[in-house]
Amino acid sequence: MGAAFFPVLFFTALWGAVGIGMPIMTPKGPHQNLIRCILMLTAACCWLFWLCCYMAQMNPLIGPKLKRDVVAMIGRSWDMKIVDG
Amino acid sequence: MGSLFRSEEMALCQLFLQSEAAYACVSELGELGLVQFRDLNPDVNAFQRKFVNEVRRCDEMERKLRYLEKEIKKDGIPMLDTGESPEAPQPREMIDLEATFEKLENELREVNQNAEALKRNFLELTELKHILRKTQVFFDEMADNQNEDEQAQLLGEEAQEGGVNQTTESMTRALITDEARTAGASMGPVQLGYMEKSNEREDYLPCFVAGVILRERLPAFERMLWRACRGNVFLRQAMIETPLEDPTNGDQVHKSVFIIFFQGDQLKTRVKKICEGFRATLYPCPEAPADRREMAMGVMTRIEDLNTVLGQTQDHRHRVLVAAAKNLKNWFVKVRKIKAIYHTLNLFNLDVTQKCLIAECWVPLLDIETIQLALRRGTERSGSSVPPILNRMQTFENPPTYNRTNKFTKAFQALIDAYGVASYREMNPAPYTIITFPFLFAVMFGDLGHGAIMALFGLWMIRKEKGLAAQKTDNEIWNIFFGGRYIIFLMGVFSMYTGMIYNDIFSKSLNIFGSHWQMSYNKSTVMENKYLQLSPKEDYEGSPYPFGMDPIWQVAGSNKIIFHNAYKMKISIIFGVIHMVFGVVMSWHNHTYFRNRISLIYEFIPQLMFLLLLFFYMVLLMFIKWIKFAATNEKPYSEACAPSILITFIDMVLFNTPKPAPKDCEVYMFWGQHFVQVLFVLLALGCIPIMLFAKPMLIMQARKLANVQPIAGASSDAETGGVSNGGPHGGGGPHEEEEEMSEIFIHQSIHTIEYVLGSVSHTASYLRLWALSLAHAQLAEVLWTMVLSIGLKQEGWFGGVILTCVFGFWAILTVGILVLMEGLSAFLHTLRLHWVEFQSKFYKGQGYAFQPFSFDAIIENGSAAVEE
Repeated sequence: MGAAFFPVLFFTALWGAVGIGMPIMTPKGPHQNLIRCILMLTAACCWLFWLCCYMAQMNPLIGPKLKRDVVAMIGRSWDMKIVDG
Repeated sequence: MGSLFRSEEMALCQLFLQSEAAYACVSELGELGLVQFRDLNPDVNAFQRKFVNEVRRCDEMERKLRYLEKEIKKDGIPMLDTGESPEAPQPREMIDLEATFEKLENELREVNQNAEALKRNFLELTELKHILRKTQVFFDEMADNQNEDEQAQLLGEEAQEGGVNQTTESMTRALITDEARTAGASMGPVQLGYMEKSNEREDYLPCFVAGVILRERLPAFERMLWRACRGNVFLRQAMIETPLEDPTNGDQVHKSVFIIFFQGDQLKTRVKKICEGFRATLYPCPEAPADRREMAMGVMTRIEDLNTVLGQTQDHRHRVLVAAAKNLKNWFVKVRKIKAIYHTLNLFNLDVTQKCLIAECWVPLLDIETIQLALRRGTERSGSSVPPILNRMQTFENPPTYNRTNKFTKAFQALIDAYGVASYREMNPAPYTIITFPFLFAVMFGDLGHGAIMALFGLWMIRKEKGLAAQKTDNEIWNIFFGGRYIIFLMGVFSMYTGMIYNDIFSKSLNIFGSHWQMSYNKSTVMENKYLQLSPKEDYEGSPYPFGMDPIWQVAGSNKIIFHNAYKMKISIIFGVIHMVFGVVMSWHNHTYFRNRISLIYEFIPQLMFLLLLFFYMVLLMFIKWIKFAATNEKPYSEACAPSILITFIDMVLFNTPKPAPKDCEVYMFWGQHFVQVLFVLLALGCIPIMLFAKPMLIMQARKLANVQPIAGASSDAETGGVSNGGPHGGGGPHEEEEEMSEIFIHQSIHTIEYVLGSVSHTASYLRLWALSLAHAQLAEVLWTMVLSIGLKQEGWFGGVILTCVFGFWAILTVGILVLMEGLSAFLHTLRLHWVEFQSKFYKGQGYAFQPFSFDAIIENGSAAVEE
């Protein structure tokens, strides 16, 4: 398992709050149920979408194939030094 | 369940109204817009109804108003539209209104008639003026010519030819064929009628007529004259430069003045006939120059007089119209309301005592109180003492479907209704569509930049809602956009989210958290290799980029698509299967609501099983693969051993023995997988006969039982409940004809086949999520590399100029193609996924919409019809 603890917890908690916490706090009114339904569906869709993306990258089977100039560019701008030699 | 999840409960009511109070009550109900009246005399034709006279009077009033409106529009006077809706006037006010409109119309017609007569007069005078002016030139020329002729005779042949050429500049010349012309030249002046006589000076008395003709008719007219009179006439023409106004329709027309010279009475009649035929107007034109001058003077003064009179007439007309324009919209509303009320009253039945009207109507149960209040108000207004009575009736008819929507939910409900109006009290997919629709759209459209453009456009429409709604246009495309503003906004917002997950903003990535891939190359490796592939074993940090796609994939030009395809195909199937399972679960709500136990047990459960055992299992395999297989693992769970989910699934369903795995790998992902798969497939296949036969068999059995004991009410309930979708209120009544047993079997088999084959094809159909999203991302990238990067590569100040132009081009293409066209295509695909893949699982859509009697709707439709 290549998952980091913090991001999983954070995003699950975030969408959990939207999908469970907010529906509980929805004010009473004619549209209460509709708002709850909207919030829960939003949370479910967004969380699952994030999760799928996270899990698809969790244990990569292939690595990105980079062009030479891209490698050089990444080395310069993403703070990954290309060692001499 | 709250509102919108199911349609409102409806009740059929009978309404007794005092004859005097009926009008006021119906008017109140029209303001309310919550009652749908039923036609109680459907076999009576429209002309035999009670209030047909009133309706006709309203029609007449409406016609007059439309006439007024047309005249007002013609003059371009702005119409005051306060947007307020005056109450329907009392019936006695109708006479006043009628009188007002009658007066206005008559006045206007009179003014128009006068104006037309005056204009015709004016036209005639102007034409005469032009004739006098133009013919002056002709006469002058002729006088010159005569002189020239005399000289020509003296000077001889050559000069004569010159004279001829001068006089025949007119188009007559063009009509004479070349031979004729050369002949004419050789024969001298003989060719032209009046010239022939000019040799005998004492007899020279050419007759002539002068007139005005439409310019486009002139060539034909000229040819006709030439042929009919065998060239014995002479025509001169001159254009009137300023266009003249046609008094009948106000068009601007171009005309020409002509004058025809000829000789003899016979020719005269002929010429006059031709003039008549070509609608040329002839005017008297005195021969003597002095007379002409005098006449011209007279004409000028008369024109001036006419102009003042015309101006006054126009002023009067304008005043009348301006006064009418202030009230016109108001009047329209009033008349339409009266008409609608009488139309509705025509639907009612007259009681035997003739004292009260009976109506039948569908009303939402929740609103009965409000309706009764409105009825009481109406009674009070009419001063009647007897209150109206609203009775609920028992009925076996299917009530109309009424979903109470607001401005936010309306557009989503419209998407559903476009497929089919829900059956009464059926689960309404609209509330779920509010999120799933924009979300599935966004899966295909995922790009932070494009999503932001869309969301901003939606937000702008929402913010300016009131102003934009007030300026009604009949621009259909705009109305569609504006009607769907909340959908557009949500689609934009969700696209921004999916765009962030895909890490795509105008096809570029954001590196917010820092890539979780490391490079450990030294310079010589970089210099030696054109391509370098990072190893998932050593260069990967061990945990993924926390939010969305790692930005390194965006720059990995050569295998980015391979990685994205694997990922996007999987999420398409995952979300597709979940969406379909959700749809099947919705059918559970329907079955429990309609107490349809047979369908619940023998349809819903096998359907769900089938979907879960086969397709949801495939989804689980995907997750297992993501978790279990990694490059860092030892064999058999290393990257080289990862099996293809699709092949595994195909092998599973077809009971194939899977191909032997590579060395040290295993064919299956987990222990006992083969057994589980065989079991699942068998169970799923076992569900098919249950779906196919169980329900019809049970119905057949129940029917047999019912035939043995005809009184058994309970079994008939179960039976009809199985066949029909009649709700707890109206279902299972005697009105329902029993379906033939064979038909039930056929229906069930069609339904089952559709479901089983459908779940395969529908699952595949969700792959459009992957395809469209791939296409969108690729198109955005192509646009970047082919267009914008050209601009970015230029240098110097000149590069700035080029970049500006290129950016403009890129922005136009981005909005036009990527946001508009791709958006439209993604929208249509999403719509299909909802209509076909999702709704086919539970939605019947066999209801009919509730169409309440509402003034708002009537007036809106009325004004739309007029604008068309």
